[in-house]
Amino acid sequence: MWLALYLSYITIGKVSNMSKNLVGNHIRKLRFNHDEMTQQQLADKAGVTRQTIVALEKGNYSPSLELAFRISLAFNLPLEEVFFYGDTTYLKKQ
Amino acid sequence: MTYQEKKSIVSLISAIFIFISFCLYMYPQYPEGGLDSSETFRYWGFFVLTLTVVSIVAHIVISIIFNILFRITTREKEPSFADELDKLIDLKAKRNSLFVFIIGFVTAMGSLIFNPWSQIMFIILIASGFISDVVGSLSKLYYYRKGV
Repeated sequence: MWLALYLSYITIGKVSNMSKNLVGNHIRKLRFNHDEMTQQQLADKAGVTRQTIVALEKGNYSPSLELAFRISLAFNLPLEEVFFYGDTTYLKKQ
Repeated sequence: MTYQEKKSIVSLISAIFIFISFCLYMYPQYPEGGLDSSETFRYWGFFVLTLTVVSIVAHIVISIIFNILFRITTREKEPSFADELDKLIDLKAKRNSLFVFIIGFVTAMGSLIFNPWSQIMFIILIASGFISDVVGSLSKLYYYRKGV
């Protein structure tokens, strides 16, 4: 039981360190450039809920590789033109 | 506020409401006999089992009512599936909830060592179950608002 507690504590620590979001995106700008596509339309194309698109645009969530590809396909663009790796703090300030 | 955030708040309020109402209903039925009598153990067993069934049924009913009200007020349809963000948040909320319950369970067992008065153990177990439920709902709300 104590081992389970200790492992949970370790896991929580690791997960909180992982939560620093370094994957940014240009989804909002790309939506605007694609005939002002709505969040719901993009969500339908990518097969997720609108809440997930909102979280991505705010920089609150790093998508899985599969979802990143699906969003890129929705815009007909390569992955690196939609997503980038680096400091995303300026996205959160917007 | 999104559907998921509203649902987390409703879940939190309903969990508190169900638990308090059930405790108020069961408190007067507490047996008068000795502290460790078989009647007392039966009471606690009945308490835990009934609370489990009542909370499951009440949560389902409240969830249905919430969905109907959500459709009427927002004229939007609730999401019909859980995507990867929902599943990730659900997993993290369950992790936090389980962690709280494990602490409660260990404390309940510890109470038997220091004070072999079985009532405290049952009270701690039931309270930890309730707090873990609340922590689960709060975690969901936090992750939906702040991100994961």
